[in-house]
Amino acid sequence: MSIWVSNDTRLLVQGITGTEGTFHALGCRDYGTQVVAGVTPGKGGQEVEGIPVFDSVAEARARTECNATMIFVPPPFAADAILEAADAGIELIVCITEGIPVNDMLKVDAFLADRPSRLVGPNCPGVITPGQAKIGIMPGHIHTPGRVGVVSRSGTLTYEAVWQLSNVGLGQSTCVGIGGDPVNGTSFINVMSAFAEDPDTDGVILIGEIGGTAEEEAAAWIADNYDRPVVGFVAGRTAPPGRRMGHAGAIVSGGEGGAEDKMEAMREHGLHVVESPGEMGSTMAKALGA
Amino acid sequence: MKIHEYQAKEILRRYDVPTPTGKVTADAAEARAICEEFGGRCVVKAQIHAGGRGKGGGVKLAGSPDEAQAHAEAILGMQLVTPQTGPEGQEVRKVLVEQAVDIAHELYLAVTLDRQERRPMLMASRAGGMDIEEVAAEDPDAIVREHFDPFLGLQPYQARRVAGALGLEGKTARKAAALFQGLARAFFDTDASLAEINPLLITGDGDVLALDAKMSFDSNALFRHRDIVAMRDLAEENPLEVRASEFGLNYIKLDGDIACMVNGAGLAMATMDIIKLYGGEPANFLDVGGSASQEAVKAAFQILVDDPAVNAVLINIFGGIARTDRIARGVVGALEELGGVELPVVVRLEGTNVEQGRQILADADFDFVVATDMDDAAEKLVAAAGGQG
Repeated sequence: MSIWVSNDTRLLVQGITGTEGTFHALGCRDYGTQVVAGVTPGKGGQEVEGIPVFDSVAEARARTECNATMIFVPPPFAADAILEAADAGIELIVCITEGIPVNDMLKVDAFLADRPSRLVGPNCPGVITPGQAKIGIMPGHIHTPGRVGVVSRSGTLTYEAVWQLSNVGLGQSTCVGIGGDPVNGTSFINVMSAFAEDPDTDGVILIGEIGGTAEEEAAAWIADNYDRPVVGFVAGRTAPPGRRMGHAGAIVSGGEGGAEDKMEAMREHGLHVVESPGEMGSTMAKALGA
Repeated sequence: MKIHEYQAKEILRRYDVPTPTGKVTADAAEARAICEEFGGRCVVKAQIHAGGRGKGGGVKLAGSPDEAQAHAEAILGMQLVTPQTGPEGQEVRKVLVEQAVDIAHELYLAVTLDRQERRPMLMASRAGGMDIEEVAAEDPDAIVREHFDPFLGLQPYQARRVAGALGLEGKTARKAAALFQGLARAFFDTDASLAEINPLLITGDGDVLALDAKMSFDSNALFRHRDIVAMRDLAEENPLEVRASEFGLNYIKLDGDIACMVNGAGLAMATMDIIKLYGGEPANFLDVGGSASQEAVKAAFQILVDDPAVNAVLINIFGGIARTDRIARGVVGALEELGGVELPVVVRLEGTNVEQGRQILADADFDFVVATDMDDAAEKLVAAAGGQG
């Protein structure tokens, strides 16, 4: 089993006619995902390599019964794309776009509060259930089907963790990139709750980074609600305060968001914290007695 | 993106936030004339992006136009060292000359995003002039926090509540409440990440005045604020960082001697961390991004080796979208253009097209140190940098 993404996923790609949108729509299809539709306003009626393009999400939903969407719309228009997808009732919205203004995300956050759609991202690599389907930009070939979950605020560091897991013979159930922005959709806790309900996920690697307090909150939640092993790492121990480290949300400010505090909170709450990012896979293998 | 105090005050005045009367200049004789115009008593304030200017001698009170000129002469061109500039300081190119005002009481005031609550909040305290982090550490209850709806803005009743909590009364409370609302509007309208007034002044007459102002902005929203982009002062930024930004590279200069080039912000931070874990000091943060062109990689490599502090370079690439062969070609191209470098270069490549990438490095006319994983890379690197002495 897995969480959120599976063989039943029917994927829509918003921004499918752009270079990135086309490239990754086909990348997902090649991996085995059912890519059933694309949307680019004004380009309805076209096709991208056999995938029908519609003018609106509502129309795509009515015609193809898509239940998930992957968004590649440029930053100034990306918030609107998320709102449109939620308005059309799409169950899972994965927003890859990096660079959406924080104020736009506050609007999105308010809009989604009383709607059933789940937003993953923005500024994330997406979600993959190895062997079944991927929604996102991650290299599919490094993944192997298995029983370890991965959740992370970073893209390439997730690939690093997956690669290490595969190297020690541990496959992955589902890997979720929640994104590097200060205001995002799905949180660590949301993902951990889903893993807790998945009998086929035996443990989770949770990768945080500096900025905010999401790791501390997740560690406390895990202590009370999750009894399988969790391996934790936090990137940015060497980051200087007050500087934004690439990701919009990766900043230590007002004495808050430092990596040491996060790792300490993880330790206190019983996570297996790794000092070296090179030891995520081997530590999980030990924790599982594999 | 950061701006100067005088620019922040220009913005705030548009939102009915009163400030002392002032003018900015790069010329000491003009500072004298401005002081004369303001009646002979003024404050001369260094304009640099870092805070703590007073502690470094960058803010001086002048009792006469002559004194204003003397202060301006001393401050303009100085390397101002504050707790936020680092030991080398920051050159002062402009001063703000402001009319001196009577100070009865100083408050702290700021609007910022509370990430946990996902709402903007107004923060205030009676300990004006103090660093809010110190107040938070010593006496957290002394900070008043008022969250507000980003779309409705800070409501009048909320502004009155904050004024009351700060112990303000009568006319002063009314004026302060109006100022709080103005600051909140300025914050949201300009897509600011911080709008801070420290100190906010209560004068002997009971008026409120922004004595200092600091604003920084969400870089992702600058596309809709041309006026703010025009306020960017490149002289305040590290020249290597400015060069990197021209190539769309995310580069931050640090104090160590081991340079690193990585794809992805999280992996880049983790790479800095592992260098430190093995006893080295990272010289920079550099994320070449998922779709870095060969040209950008070449520029990135040159920026790394142009830093005189650097003793070794680590290239750590996990190719997802960024193909490792493209990165390898960029690095080899840069080395060819530079005619080789004297520094050890440790490379760890993994992911998409890794075989081609490794082959390109093997065929190049340069001895790369090849590493198999992150720990191996850090170990080899720190050994190599140590060997450079």
